[in-house]
Amino acid sequence: MANTGTKGDKVFHAVVFAAALSIILIVAAVIAVMFQSAIPSMERFGIGFLFGREWKPAQEEFGALPFIFGTVTSSVIALILSIPVSLGIAIFLVEQAPKKLARPIAFMVELLAAIPSVVYGLWGIFVLAPLIREYIGPFLQTYVGFLPIFQGRITGIGMLTAGIILALMITPIITSVVRDVLEAVPHTQREAALALGATKWETTMIVLGNASSGIAGAVVLGLGRAVGETMAVTMVIGNSPQIVASLFEPANTIASLLAANFAEATDEMYLSALIEIGLVLFLVTFIINAFAKLLILSVASKTNAAKQG
Amino acid sequence: MESKISVKNLDFFYGSNQALYDISLDIPEREVIAFIGPSGCGKSTFLRTLNRMNDTIASASVKGSVMMDGKNIYASGTDVVALRRRVGMVFQKSNPFPKSIFENVAYGIRINGIHSNKADLEERVERALKNAALWEEVKDRLNSSAFGLSGGQQQRLCIARALAVQPEVILMDEPASALDPIATQKIEELVVELKRDYTIVIVTHNMQQAARVSDRTAFFMLGKLVEFNPTQKMFTNPDEKLTEDYITGRFG
Repeated sequence: MANTGTKGDKVFHAVVFAAALSIILIVAAVIAVMFQSAIPSMERFGIGFLFGREWKPAQEEFGALPFIFGTVTSSVIALILSIPVSLGIAIFLVEQAPKKLARPIAFMVELLAAIPSVVYGLWGIFVLAPLIREYIGPFLQTYVGFLPIFQGRITGIGMLTAGIILALMITPIITSVVRDVLEAVPHTQREAALALGATKWETTMIVLGNASSGIAGAVVLGLGRAVGETMAVTMVIGNSPQIVASLFEPANTIASLLAANFAEATDEMYLSALIEIGLVLFLVTFIINAFAKLLILSVASKTNAAKQG
Repeated sequence: MESKISVKNLDFFYGSNQALYDISLDIPEREVIAFIGPSGCGKSTFLRTLNRMNDTIASASVKGSVMMDGKNIYASGTDVVALRRRVGMVFQKSNPFPKSIFENVAYGIRINGIHSNKADLEERVERALKNAALWEEVKDRLNSSAFGLSGGQQQRLCIARALAVQPEVILMDEPASALDPIATQKIEELVVELKRDYTIVIVTHNMQQAARVSDRTAFFMLGKLVEFNPTQKMFTNPDEKLTEDYITGRFG
């Protein structure tokens, strides 16, 4: 009788351990299969694959640089646009808004996250693209047109449109994580600042200082989403593998290349090149995340100490 | 008696719950006033009405007046930020900012623009740390994190931070309740020392502490001010039976 429970616990342990183990095996299997399938392309093109600027499947010419460039640029645009807005929403919700207003706004923000990617894409094509072509683009060219990034022909489909759509898509996730970390900052920190004669703005700066590592984490999450986002980007970026300064020009990202071309990649080398660039996407996200984790670690010690203190 | 703060007929509400009933009391300048009473008696709430810290609670409302140097701090148009610079506060749990020791003390000086230049700022930080009896312990590590300090040191750092903006009144909400006896003793000595320059109001659970540091004591119960008298009288010959019962430990 005494060991009935013990036996059950052993089975239980084995089951949950197997579940934990399976995730490691799946990740390992994904990497192994991708790596193996990418070998023909790697052997043929070597490291030059990463720096090649031409992507011509018919001539068996495969260079990943325009897609890496497009992925990084569109994500950076998204972050630049999204970070101030997300921080603003989160600060308003936690530090300023009366409860009656905070709840519906938080609900709306969360609703944004629930909109399917393809709907964002449609909105991008039918609303945002014409808006950029008719108003935003000409406006930018009139006032800051001397900047190379705002020169050239404006079609409405291109890097800027993709960046704005991505910004919209990552705003809910950054907002909600930042909101959580701001709420986690002890109330005593705000009172300490207020008691010294700090204004609301100065008190908010103290709160942000406390939350800095969490905010960095929120931005990383947003970046991860932006780098991997596929459908909406494919619909508005123009799918043209070129590296140009102008944000009005069409471009392409790794995720969007894979989505658009996998079905037609019939010959072995084309398929292998696509898988290799998929591996590159995997590595890019890995490096971004590792870098951000290091960043977080450097500030995390500060916040941990704040929790003890 | 020269009153620094004069409270008249103060009622305080959390939503529809009344937490303070008709409190009237005068706080003289450069004395230490202790607030004692059982948990939930409203002594902390009352303390926080003196620098309008309760404003951060949305449902809170106040009736009556709190005159400071003859001006009602609850009058409309009162600059709350300026008020809090004049009425500093030290909290129950030390709450240094996640900054260096120096920057913690410098913070209030910086945001209020008190200093004229860098040397002046450094001098003010040093003076505040000396007044808080912390300088000798931290002078060689001003740039290291405030979280490396012990609990008692952190609390004295918070006192230094409050002193640095040169307030007129310092409110202390059970400043030693989380500290060991030796750290507590240091805080108590400090309170007596600071009386020369500041008006101090201290909330405490510890009646011996009230007896040791204060000139006058106010005893609160169930949101009402039961008795307010010189500490000596309070602890030897109180006017109210209730005060005597509390002080002698018959309840509490």
